[in-house]
Amino acid sequence: MTTSMATKEELKARIEAGIPGARADVRGDDGHHFEAVVSAPAFAGLPRIAQHRLVYDVFGGELGGRIHALALQTKAE
Amino acid sequence: MHWHFRPKPSEDFTVSDETQNPLRDAIEDAIRSNPVILFMKGTPEQPMCGFSARTVAALQALEAPFAAVDILPDPRIRQELSALSSWPTIPQLFVNGELVGGCDIVMEMHETGELAQALGVEQPDEAPAAASAQAGSAPLSIENRLG
Repeated sequence: MTTSMATKEELKARIEAGIPGARADVRGDDGHHFEAVVSAPAFAGLPRIAQHRLVYDVFGGELGGRIHALALQTKAE
Repeated sequence: MHWHFRPKPSEDFTVSDETQNPLRDAIEDAIRSNPVILFMKGTPEQPMCGFSARTVAALQALEAPFAAVDILPDPRIRQELSALSSWPTIPQLFVNGELVGGCDIVMEMHETGELAQALGVEQPDEAPAAASAQAGSAPLSIENRLG
């Protein structure tokens, strides 16, 4: 786990690498609070809570810690 | 008053101990015994985080009674809760023992009317009128003291 400040570019890259076919639009410049809109074919047929879990799983224990907040909107695509 | 998870000072909780975990038991019991329960930072009257505040506001706009647990007094509450729910962030809303989601999902469900449906309450026609009528009433309050 890296301890440097998180960036929107890092979050975008990790979400897109972690979820097959995902496209992520990440905003947030303070290093701690981010907003992401994520679309992925893997979300199809899943309830919202499961879609969000797939994204949270990319970051493991970093959410709430190094990444203080990630506001999330998910779309099946 | 809201739920207070107050471990006995003499007891030594170990998060990884599966066999003896009174704090986790207390959290599970709270989730089981309250149809609508919100784990949040701060209290409904004084939320300590914007995400918790927005989630409380959505529940109050629907005039839905709910129990609330402040996770801030002891970091172990959050550790145990997240281990239990596999959900990393706060707030967490449970309805009938099931995790509904955090702030984003609750807000999205509020906008679509799904939240009222999940809570089994009427979607108010006029949100502002409902909000002013709601102003004086407190959410369902419970108290739990461990030990």
